[in-house]
Amino acid sequence: MAEKITTGADKLIQCLEREGVEYIFGLSGGAAMPIFDALVESKIKLVLVRHEQGATHMADGYARATGRPGIALVTSGPGATNTVTGLMTAHMDSAPIIVLCGQQITPMLGKDAFQEADVTGITYAVVKHSYLVKDASDIPRVTREAFHLATSGRPGPILIDLPKDITQGPCQAAFVDEIDLPGYTIPARGRPELIAAAAEKLQASKRPVLYIGNGAVISGAGKAVVSLAEKLRAPMVNTLLGKGAVDETHPLHLGMLGMHGTAYANKAVVDCDLIMAIGARWDDRITGKLDEFCIDAVKIHIDIDPAEFNKMIRPDIAIEGDARLVVEDLLPLVEAADTEEWLARCARWRRQYPLKYPRQGGLRAQRVLDVLQEVTGGQAIITTDVGQHQMWAAQFLKTKLNRHWITSGGAGTMGFGFPAAIGAQFARPKEKVWAVVGDGGFQMTLSELATAAVHKLPVKCLIINNNFLGMVRQWQEMFFENRLSGVKLEGNPDFVKLAQAYGVKAWRIKRSADIQRILQAAHEYDEGPCVVCADVVQEDNVFPMIPAGAPLSGMLIEKPKQKLEKPTGST
Amino acid sequence: MSEALQAATGEVRNLHTISLFVHNRPGVLVRVALVFSRRGYNIESLVVSPAAKGGFSRMTITCSGASETLEQIIKQLAKLVDVVHAVDHTHDCAYETEIALLKVACSSAERTEILQIAEHFGAKVVDYGTDSLMLRVFGASDKLDALIALLGPFDLVELVRSGKILMARAGAAT
Repeated sequence: MAEKITTGADKLIQCLEREGVEYIFGLSGGAAMPIFDALVESKIKLVLVRHEQGATHMADGYARATGRPGIALVTSGPGATNTVTGLMTAHMDSAPIIVLCGQQITPMLGKDAFQEADVTGITYAVVKHSYLVKDASDIPRVTREAFHLATSGRPGPILIDLPKDITQGPCQAAFVDEIDLPGYTIPARGRPELIAAAAEKLQASKRPVLYIGNGAVISGAGKAVVSLAEKLRAPMVNTLLGKGAVDETHPLHLGMLGMHGTAYANKAVVDCDLIMAIGARWDDRITGKLDEFCIDAVKIHIDIDPAEFNKMIRPDIAIEGDARLVVEDLLPLVEAADTEEWLARCARWRRQYPLKYPRQGGLRAQRVLDVLQEVTGGQAIITTDVGQHQMWAAQFLKTKLNRHWITSGGAGTMGFGFPAAIGAQFARPKEKVWAVVGDGGFQMTLSELATAAVHKLPVKCLIINNNFLGMVRQWQEMFFENRLSGVKLEGNPDFVKLAQAYGVKAWRIKRSADIQRILQAAHEYDEGPCVVCADVVQEDNVFPMIPAGAPLSGMLIEKPKQKLEKPTGST
Repeated sequence: MSEALQAATGEVRNLHTISLFVHNRPGVLVRVALVFSRRGYNIESLVVSPAAKGGFSRMTITCSGASETLEQIIKQLAKLVDVVHAVDHTHDCAYETEIALLKVACSSAERTEILQIAEHFGAKVVDYGTDSLMLRVFGASDKLDALIALLGPFDLVELVRSGKILMARAGAAT
């Protein structure tokens, strides 16, 4: 029998094995068949998804739970275009995923052949980098570069488009270890003179705030940031994506800032005399009206991506570098500071404006999440979808551990939460993983219940079911005279029966008295996935809230009596 | 946008000249173009040519748009994996040049004056037809603009400009 020749697909899979890939989240099709065939004899485990968007979010959840790249494998044409949302989601939140797409054979490119699409063309704007492989001998180099690019510097998604004649044909190329990318540099340590200047400003500050973002999560800067905060006695706030970089229950931590952040975090930001961004990018959800954001405060910006400097605000000091390394270099340059007066003010705000919600009047999402925090002890990995439940989860589930909070921030992708939880659970089999989703977003990717069920994955899905697209309803109530338009989710299925139809264990919470018992049972259930559907009050609102485009000082603690102007400064 | 065009449209937009040193990989031109289009910048001219170093290319881009956005554009260009470096030469005294071909329809009566203008600008007649002239001229872009403006009263049938190319002087890198 003739020796089996190594095909491009074989080589690709061998390269993935060399990179340490454990799982591929994929859905096949004609153009991807050689790659799926090569997986038959590989030790890499294939997770068959039900929709390609799910594959990308699983890869994303895997990536965010570990820092290692998540891999999605799809076919050409519609298979590939279904990954665009997942790519954009990963791109906006700097998540390292690699999407491998089957493609028509090279002679058919550009000829409108069956399931042929200009996938690199369609995705340019939502990838960190991409490749269309036209020569099988490029496979080892392209794969090596893809892993390097996805995970280094500011991480991001990479797409590799693989025509079927390339994956099916022979490939004799040797593996590649060296990277030759003259246009790609990875910032590491910050410039010492800038770090010294930042130290001086920090030391002089009477009312500092450390503003912690996703860069701190990615670089693992938490320990250094806490040391800095403790030394300077500086309060910390974090962004939605920065949750978990440092323990949110730390006494110096004021919680999340921004549009739906805690009142005390936002008040601290309004009144600070220095704000230092550690891997955060002054997003419009954070700054509100830019012209009025921290006008008199010294602004220091630490970022691995220099394109973030002067984009939204002009920092006094901009330090290009890895968040952890920069903060570690800062530490020995500052001395213990006395900010007790400032901390006392922050403590007063914390007492005066706690996160709160009505205890009466039906089952409240906030209450369910409060109890979930007790049940998990803040030790579970939480993923969320997008909307009201996401903001309540961000407020009430205090994240204690790095990479234990996974949410779609920049893109705000509905349908992200549940598949991301599946990816995270594959990545972290020993951890408890909870997806907190809304009834709207869950229905966008709920077909992945089958994926979770097949693998008996003990992932837990809490549906905050209010039968509304709740955040849009809240805006219509507040800014559009309660003229509800396209927000009532009539025709929702019975989520418990739906889960059961997939062979998935499910509970329903209808009364506050049942929350603890059911969440506890779900938390302990490990025979497979489970769903908890909490039928919460339908018309509840997320507060505090800074209306889009308003200054932080315009924060609403509760629903105002007067009519509000429609937001114009941002969407 | 040339000054002549600016005068015609009454629009004042800032012109910037950026040079890029890029890894010659598929898609690099699209990636570069997308950085401009996403931020509302108009590419006025774009010249791509092989660099002295094999496998690399030079791009000289003249573009117009809000000056505040330019810093972001340069940084986003530099961030592209295939872009080795991106430099804004707008306020440099780099050596710049451009070449233009002009086809002017003319009667024999007009020809003398056109030839005088051409001579003054060092433009060479590269095609001499019975009722048209083709001129080739090179030099700074504003010199080309001036020539085009002077030929305004005549019947300028076709105009092809190469777009600006430039090189930093002495020890400076382009």
